[in-house]
Amino acid sequence: MSKTVLDVKGLNCPLPILRTKKAIKDIPVGGELEVVATDPGSVKDMEAFCKQTNNELKGWSDNGGVYTFNIVRKS
Amino acid sequence: MSDANAKSMSMIVTKGTLDWAYPPLILANTAASMGLEVTLFFTFYGLALLKKDLNLKITTLGNAAMEMPMMGMHMTMPNLIGAVPGMDSMATSMMKSLIKKKGVASIEELREMAVEQEVRMIACQMTMDLFEYDQKDMIDGIEYAGAATYIERATQCDINLFI
Repeated sequence: MSKTVLDVKGLNCPLPILRTKKAIKDIPVGGELEVVATDPGSVKDMEAFCKQTNNELKGWSDNGGVYTFNIVRKS
Repeated sequence: MSDANAKSMSMIVTKGTLDWAYPPLILANTAASMGLEVTLFFTFYGLALLKKDLNLKITTLGNAAMEMPMMGMHMTMPNLIGAVPGMDSMATSMMKSLIKKKGVASIEELREMAVEQEVRMIACQMTMDLFEYDQKDMIDGIEYAGAATYIERATQCDINLFI
């Protein structure tokens, strides 16, 4: 399935989460959203967001302070 | 919204300075994004956050913990200097430029998003009367009610906060 990329670099809490929530609405169930952020707080927050909203955080990486999250829409 | 199984949160919002406007609006937006039903009850100085014309300020007075970053250092303000006319607006514009620089949302933006996310906002009718606020000066889409409305809602919420 195709992957949508959301760039929230430079944005601070809670904007990465709010933008992610908006973006995931437009992803079909089973589809994947890739979020790219620079907010170090988003590492824990993205995990909590996915847990609470029943979506899957398939993985994340830290590339020198640029964080990439791969979220699969589950519901 | 209005999912019977959804978690819910309420907050009593009592402060209307630029710094204290952030915690309730950040939590309300984040909770709404995470699927919670959110109710905010604005009372006393918190009502300032519902005015159409937002003109929020901060003061350094009485805030011993306030340290503004400046040229790699942290600046604190003795109360005596903070009391000089013009200091509040200086501190406010410093804070606003920091907010912009650090990618933090503005209060206007957060409030707009809260409305968009259907956060329920209740203005305290008693405070409206007490401070002689006019409904036409407040944003649209809010309710006017009192303590009983809040308490009834709070009894059904998973999280209740006072800010």
